[in-house]
Amino acid sequence: MKFKVNGHEVFASTGGRPFDKKKPLIIFVHGSGLTHMTWVLQTRYFAFHGYNALAIDLPGHGLSSGESLKSIEEMADWVNDVIDAVGHKEASLVGHSQGCLVTVECTSRYPDKIKTLSLMGGAGAIPMNPELLSLAENNDPKAVDLMMDWAHGPAGHFGGHPVPGLYHINTGTMLAKSRTIQNTLGVDFRACDNYKNGFEAAKKIKCPTLSILATDDKMCPVKEGKKLASLIDGSQVDIIDNCGHMMLLEEADRVLTVLKKFITTNYPPLSS
Amino acid sequence: MSDKKKELKPNTYKFDTLSLHAGYQPHKNAGSRQVPIYQTTSYLFDDVDHAAALFNLERGGHIYSRISNPTVGVLEERVASLEGGTAALATSSGMSAIFLTVMTLCEAGDHLVVSSQLYGGTVNLFRLTLPKFGIKCTFVKPRDTEGFKKAIQKNTKGIFGELVGNPGNEIMNMPEIAKIAHDAGIPLMVDATYQTPYLCKPFEHGADIVIHSLTKWMAGHGSSMAGILVEGGKFDWMQNDKFPTMTKPYEGYHGLSFAEEFGPTAFTMKARAEGMRDFGPCLSPQNAWNVLQGIETLSVRMKKHCSNAEEMVKYLSNHESVAWVSHPSVPDHPDHELAKKLLPNGRGSMIAFGIKGGKDAGVAFINNVKLASHLANVGDTRTLVIHPASGTHSQMDEATLKFAGLSHDMIRLSVGIEDIDDIKNDFEIGFRAARKPRLVSNQ
Repeated sequence: MKFKVNGHEVFASTGGRPFDKKKPLIIFVHGSGLTHMTWVLQTRYFAFHGYNALAIDLPGHGLSSGESLKSIEEMADWVNDVIDAVGHKEASLVGHSQGCLVTVECTSRYPDKIKTLSLMGGAGAIPMNPELLSLAENNDPKAVDLMMDWAHGPAGHFGGHPVPGLYHINTGTMLAKSRTIQNTLGVDFRACDNYKNGFEAAKKIKCPTLSILATDDKMCPVKEGKKLASLIDGSQVDIIDNCGHMMLLEEADRVLTVLKKFITTNYPPLSS
Repeated sequence: MSDKKKELKPNTYKFDTLSLHAGYQPHKNAGSRQVPIYQTTSYLFDDVDHAAALFNLERGGHIYSRISNPTVGVLEERVASLEGGTAALATSSGMSAIFLTVMTLCEAGDHLVVSSQLYGGTVNLFRLTLPKFGIKCTFVKPRDTEGFKKAIQKNTKGIFGELVGNPGNEIMNMPEIAKIAHDAGIPLMVDATYQTPYLCKPFEHGADIVIHSLTKWMAGHGSSMAGILVEGGKFDWMQNDKFPTMTKPYEGYHGLSFAEEFGPTAFTMKARAEGMRDFGPCLSPQNAWNVLQGIETLSVRMKKHCSNAEEMVKYLSNHESVAWVSHPSVPDHPDHELAKKLLPNGRGSMIAFGIKGGKDAGVAFINNVKLASHLANVGDTRTLVIHPASGTHSQMDEATLKFAGLSHDMIRLSVGIEDIDDIKNDFEIGFRAARKPRLVSNQ
């Protein structure tokens, strides 16, 4: 569906179901340079089981208009604006990678609005490799290739996508190259690199929180994810073996199973 | 010790490694080093909720082997990885891959622009069978790049061609034709069976959908029928209103919009969800496994196919019984320069040549070679020959033969990987017989 936030058109996938204001809202926030499509193996389930699942394209990404937001703090406020724009008073947030920084910051800023927080491949800070950052800011496609290399675990490099026939490294590459790299990945990487408030923000979070981490995640290693989780009261941690940073694709089924249990328990769906 | 900073390089696997490993993780398959053959029709559901989720594309997984199968899935991912594509769908044959591609793209009332130099069966599909479904085609000679542009109509939904035409070896100017297609907001579909991804990766030259008859060089051993369509992932289905079945809510899947939900894999998802469900040209797991064995040695075989082909081109070009030789490696081939650009790893192992003495000489040659096999296939490890006018293209009338660039003296040669001297010696037997056709045929 399309709607406006701050005068710009926003695209969000609703998981194949019409938006229904009566249903509780879950917002999925993608990682650096990516789009709503990374969530397809999570959103459809929730959309068909009593939720409004909104997999958003951040401004300037995917099918959303406007320019990319330059800081994690701006993105956090923007996610709050999305909740207002679709006419809801509260939401559950799910983030991946950079989306974790955004959702952690958003939850800390709007504690009364955010009912649960699910983090995948999250950390309190994501400092960027300077060369990778430079490549992305200079619009070099090698930045995407490096990101896809590092973002997939050794097993993920062989493929084995849960959806038959999909080769996820190439799919991720296409998503990250679908808009101008320096305007999406470049801006996002810089925003991640600049963001220093993750650990402080985490301390303010009081809602039920889940961290899904992966043993072979090179971009946000398990120990960084655990460090973040340790700062959030009662945070649950689930660790996936033989999986890299792109867990929502590499181990989509496992991720959905864990996410489903966590969200339906803490933020029940609208009964049919 | 050098203090020079090490340059960052992506360490994703390269072609030869992907040929052996892509799409398969042993630790998820009881540690089996070889890809298991999942000889089963169907798959257990965990519970009712799981079943519903699979049927509704909420989760990935297998339901019924007509739609997908784990062994076939490995093959699909492997070919997608080798082509640089986002997704692939394997089918029971190359023809079913073409049919499924067209039926995923088009509806009754639509139109396609199609290269005229195609395998005879493909010509018949586009010329005679698709019109029965209300899909019309305009044929354009592969070298007539402007002709493709002129043939595009309001209801045109795509351009289709074989990268190197069968059997005359005319090459489509893929980058230019891709631009024409994209300027018109339609995809370019390329049958790259003759090249395999080892010789050419059409996505790098603008193609949007690549099709293979895997039966040929990819499987390589003449044992198994299989086909595949591969998606490049770059084509924007939402750029115009030409593809409502990709972009609008689809009644068959609870209002799913394939383009919105699946983006760079939307075409393959639709082809599987709709096409395999409704038409059902599925690949057997045994044949998928056979093709996987072939792909493991693809680059090794293609090198030998190409080197043997270049030797045969030299041999035939200097032979007194040969009127003409067509192969992109020949300097006076009209597409020689284009072939260098599009086929940097080798120009392929398909040769067309004209035998002096016309049709009778051709028949005598075919009837007398012993090592080369006379059959309706290409891309076997063994050397194959056929006389198209009386074989693969025999269902065409005279005018269609001429339009397809065929002549009665043409012999199509698919060069195998035998010892090159043995192939040449065998051809000498054929040429001797061709010079005295009547005498030999009476023996």
